Amino acid sequence: MSRTRTLRVDRIACTGQGLCAELLPELIDLDEWGYPVLKDTTVPDRLRAHARRAVAACPVLALHTDDDRT
Amino acid sequence: MNSSAAARFTPHRLSPGPGGPAAARLLAGWYATGRPAGLTDHLRRYGPPPTGDRGSLPLVDAVAAAGLTGRGGAGFPTARKLGAVAARRGRCTVVVNAMESEPPSRKDQFLIAVAPHLVLDGAVLAATAVGADTVHVCLPRDRAAQYRRLSAAVEERRRCRPDPVRLRLHALPHTYVSSEATSLVRWLDGGPARPRGGPPRAHERGVGRRPTLVHNAETLAHLALIARYGPAWFRQAGTPDEPGTLLVTVSGAVRAPAVLEVALGTPLATVLDQAGGATQPLRAVLLGGFAGTWLPARHLRTPLTRHDLAPLGAAPGAGVLVAVSEALCGLTETARILAYLAAHSARQCGPCRLGLPAVAEDFTALATGRADAALLSRLRRRAGLLPDRGACRHPDGAARLAASALQAFADDVDHHLAHGPCPAARQPPQLPVPPATAPETWR
Repeated sequence: MSRTRTLRVDRIACTGQGLCAELLPELIDLDEWGYPVLKDTTVPDRLRAHARRAVAACPVLALHTDDDRT
Repeated sequence: MNSSAAARFTPHRLSPGPGGPAAARLLAGWYATGRPAGLTDHLRRYGPPPTGDRGSLPLVDAVAAAGLTGRGGAGFPTARKLGAVAARRGRCTVVVNAMESEPPSRKDQFLIAVAPHLVLDGAVLAATAVGADTVHVCLPRDRAAQYRRLSAAVEERRRCRPDPVRLRLHALPHTYVSSEATSLVRWLDGGPARPRGGPPRAHERGVGRRPTLVHNAETLAHLALIARYGPAWFRQAGTPDEPGTLLVTVSGAVRAPAVLEVALGTPLATVLDQAGGATQPLRAVLLGGFAGTWLPARHLRTPLTRHDLAPLGAAPGAGVLVAVSEALCGLTETARILAYLAAHSARQCGPCRLGLPAVAEDFTALATGRADAALLSRLRRRAGLLPDRGACRHPDGAARLAASALQAFADDVDHHLAHGPCPAARQPPQLPVPPATAPETWR
């Protein structure tokens, strides 16, 4: 049993501030209106710290990481 | 649902006539008598619903063995939902989703009109199976007559055969997304009928924070028959992988638009024949609903199952089948639908609130011959960014429709880009589409 971490955006809470894409460009792009596009929802181990920082930086707490047990 | 569109299309006809097709189950009473079934008619035809398990298969197992899937559009296995709610601790709640938000669909309205007790039986049986004490029936507010008739049916049960659970009717604003399961939960909890998204999902924490089972009205009617006759009987119709029958609302260029009950696996062309056949040579059908897919007429021999339609990017959806003739501009019709879907966004999620109108505007520009050089690639990119980026599946459905239109009407696209609007684009539109205005209220 390994634990993978996945990204999730609360789309109702998200107001398109765009900080997540600056802090985690490897996984997050912005669309033309500044809303996040998840390129990949699985967070690789090497990006865990960056993902945590992006989650903490979201001013409306719309970015989450979930633990998926697979 | 807009009333002018409703008035133009009336499936309340006796078709294909008394006796009806062998496939009829939910509509058997209607085909036999031609009138709505009161409680006495209902009990005479189907007998009383089974009480308790008494050695027979528990309902969740029976439904799993029957292979029943949700008939509201998503096609999720019904037993898995039942099992998920039954497994939660604490009192549960059951919600009957009769909102029928797809404008071309009339099947839930029709079913509730002709066999209300089948739907109510299913709701009560599901409630008993998962340990719920209340059933909330959600109906669209603009169908007042339906609300009155169903109230009378509930009253009749209370008088003659009291149910072990409480049945409560509710009239909700009728918008495209107010039929989403979490919209119903939010509204029943005093909020707006807008999708809540998740997690937690409704089956984890729904109405009054209780585990909540939300099922489409037709799904529950099938469940009521499985409880009586068992899974083997249910599997006598349909295909081994997708058993049973489903209700289909057939409209457009057919002689006898109607709500029909057909076995899964029936070829689309046969379904059209049962609605009197095409009035003119057909160009395509809109399958599933406004959140569905355009299928060119050459695919009409495809059986109506998820399995057979999946390679074409299509699905039975909410059982909507709209036939359109050759004299049609597919782009104009699609642009009108997209404008409606954009107007009915709940405006909660950025990608839907901004992306949907942008896609609709691009499509309108294409349909009216105002396309710039970059339009097609912009439209594809914007539509490609709609799926999986909302609290509900509304943007996904619009993206599916847009993509299927570009494919099914590829020659219209070429014509519009090279020479401006095709001749059909100057004709009055064929499809009844409600006005593209935002809902007046969410409460």
